[in-house]
Amino acid sequence: MKLKTLTAAGLTALAAFTAVPAQAKGEVVGVSWSNFQEERWKKDEAAIKAALEAAGAKYISADAQGSNEKQLADVEALIAKGAKALIILAMDADAIGPAVAKAKEAKIPVVAYDRLIQDKDVLYLTFDNVEVGRMQAREVLKVRPKGNYVFIKGSPTDPNADFLNGGQREVLKAAMDKGDIKIVGEQYTDGWAPENAQKNMEQILTKNANKVDAVVASNDGTAGGVVAALKAQNLVGIPVSGQDGDVAALNRVARGEQTVSVWKDARELGKAAGTYAAQLAGGTKVSAVKGAAPWSGGTKKITISSVFLKPIPITRDNLKLVIDAGWVTKAQVCQGVDAAKAPAACK
Amino acid sequence: MRSWLERAGFDPRFTSLVLALAAIWIALAVVTDGIFLSPRNLYNLSIQTCVTALMACGMVFIIVARQIDLSVGSLMAFTGMVIAWMQVTWLGSDTTGAAWLSIGGGLLAGALVGVFQGWWAAYREVPAFVVTLAGYLMWRGAAFLVADGQTLAPLALPYQRLGGGVNGSIGTAWSWALGAFACALVIAAVLRARRSRARYGADMAPAWADALKVGASCAAILGFVAVVSAYPDPSAAAEGATPPGKGIGIPVLILIAAAALLHGVATSTRFGRYVFAYGGNPEAALLSGLPTRRVLLLLFALMGALAALASVITTARLNSGTHSIGQMAELYVIAATVIGGTSLAGGAGTIPGAIVGALLIQSLDNGMVLMDVSSPKRQISIGLILIAAVWFDVVYNRKQGK
Repeated sequence: MKLKTLTAAGLTALAAFTAVPAQAKGEVVGVSWSNFQEERWKKDEAAIKAALEAAGAKYISADAQGSNEKQLADVEALIAKGAKALIILAMDADAIGPAVAKAKEAKIPVVAYDRLIQDKDVLYLTFDNVEVGRMQAREVLKVRPKGNYVFIKGSPTDPNADFLNGGQREVLKAAMDKGDIKIVGEQYTDGWAPENAQKNMEQILTKNANKVDAVVASNDGTAGGVVAALKAQNLVGIPVSGQDGDVAALNRVARGEQTVSVWKDARELGKAAGTYAAQLAGGTKVSAVKGAAPWSGGTKKITISSVFLKPIPITRDNLKLVIDAGWVTKAQVCQGVDAAKAPAACK
Repeated sequence: MRSWLERAGFDPRFTSLVLALAAIWIALAVVTDGIFLSPRNLYNLSIQTCVTALMACGMVFIIVARQIDLSVGSLMAFTGMVIAWMQVTWLGSDTTGAAWLSIGGGLLAGALVGVFQGWWAAYREVPAFVVTLAGYLMWRGAAFLVADGQTLAPLALPYQRLGGGVNGSIGTAWSWALGAFACALVIAAVLRARRSRARYGADMAPAWADALKVGASCAAILGFVAVVSAYPDPSAAAEGATPPGKGIGIPVLILIAAAALLHGVATSTRFGRYVFAYGGNPEAALLSGLPTRRVLLLLFALMGALAALASVITTARLNSGTHSIGQMAELYVIAATVIGGTSLAGGAGTIPGAIVGALLIQSLDNGMVLMDVSSPKRQISIGLILIAAVWFDVVYNRKQGK
């Protein structure tokens, strides 16, 4: 962590020193991270940097280390260092308000990265969580168009859990109304914890005397708990959904224990952010960005220009995609897979 | 009623706890059309209870000694990741002996973390609440770092059996043999106690009371064996013939072995007596020359090892190591211990009580999912039960005092 902070500080300092000549060639884009300690942002950062470099812009950044106050100061510092566009991963959708106001005062466009900022002038860029839910249900429905379904939802305190379930229900609604699909169990998973998903699934199976035909689980962790519960009842092979592209989950997909893991490639998101930010820094208006559309699904119902990236459902048919993208190795995905039943990607 | 119960040698606190559990079971059986008491569900319940019960056994010692350990849930996550990392990343799941080596590594890691926390609490006199609150944060973070937040799977096949799933039980024949053996042990223990009391001319419970006690214990043991033997093993169901019964789950055996050992330590070793003496009156214990610091240090090491053992069961059940296991486990463990009659003021508590406390909490959770109750409502119910149990204790102790 120390090394990371040092590197970040070094980069910031370097960017500050070179800011004046850099403006002649390319604009400076500032990125404010909410908490860089979390593993996944490393991948995002690399993609943002690459996209900015490709567009001839310079990357400077600051890490708020999980503090709303520090993020406000960070944004001010990035503006002072000459950023012409900002990418902000907000620690808190509302507390970031004053920082965005500062940027607007200085006429600097803002990209709300992965987390919503409720302000009409930002460009909101994220993966479409409702679409993730739709994809999960769609893949399960493809395999089992009729029967008893179970929803294993996310944490009751995470708004994404309900977005996901909303998308899932949307896809299944027609079949549910017709009576083809019956929901025989539905539980939230406290803290998204696999062990809780496992206990809930065990109880749902007990209650229905194992008459369950498909499980729509909201992420790969909960899917892991579900598969463990199914295994104990010798029921492995009924369709189960998930998301995140966890190594363990992709291995289950290869083994035929899980149907789909909806994959959100962080590098695509980073690349898009870098490209858009470079355009905005060059003077493009937020509403004129290619691919942006007005969206008002936030809690405050403000209309915001948004770009939603499409996630990719990974099934046994397109496992090759994650391997080719370098997300996981073939050895990881294909570990312990029975050669006779192996998907194409493992041959 | 209390007085004749006590004269007959029954612990009124424990007896009422068992009666409360029975009442809850009957109520849940009625509202779930009997599913709750089906062999299958009782097998599940026995497995689901093990993790909390195992750690509650250690928490009894900790709370009796006027300490607390808030880090057990995070420690479960950390040791679970160490075990999964050793198996998956380092040794490879298919390597022979990887399972056992990793369990050894996990237990060692748990015990060492316990020694670290115990050292701060005992030798540097930082309150255990603070030390283990810090641990709650640190070990959760450490669990993340072991594999950079990744889930590690799959685990070794022999290891998976420790979770009580596929091939995770000992079959009916062994179960009956163990049940009969346990029953014989109970009878022998009561007879031995009676003989020694007779020899010293001490007060003796009436013969009918001891007979009732033996009868109830044996009925519970053999009843449990009968129930889990009546649950047809789903993983053996492929042949079409009547599948064999499942029998006692391996996690339950781990729990029973650990509980019996710790119960023995609590009631008939010097170490156990030191713990209770220290919890009853720390100053007196210190002035009598008890090695109080060393005792506390060992207690935390024991708790750490038990958290590791609990995480063996959890990861084996899940067939993967994830850094998110054990969230809120510390609170459920403390709740089970307190419901089981351990006094937060220290000096009093029993291991059988803590296990029944854990069983009571898990019964509610298990039964309410069968009733389609959502998780927030389940948490509220378990919270209310906790208050009720402690309130009962307060009332009971006040009456005792009079």
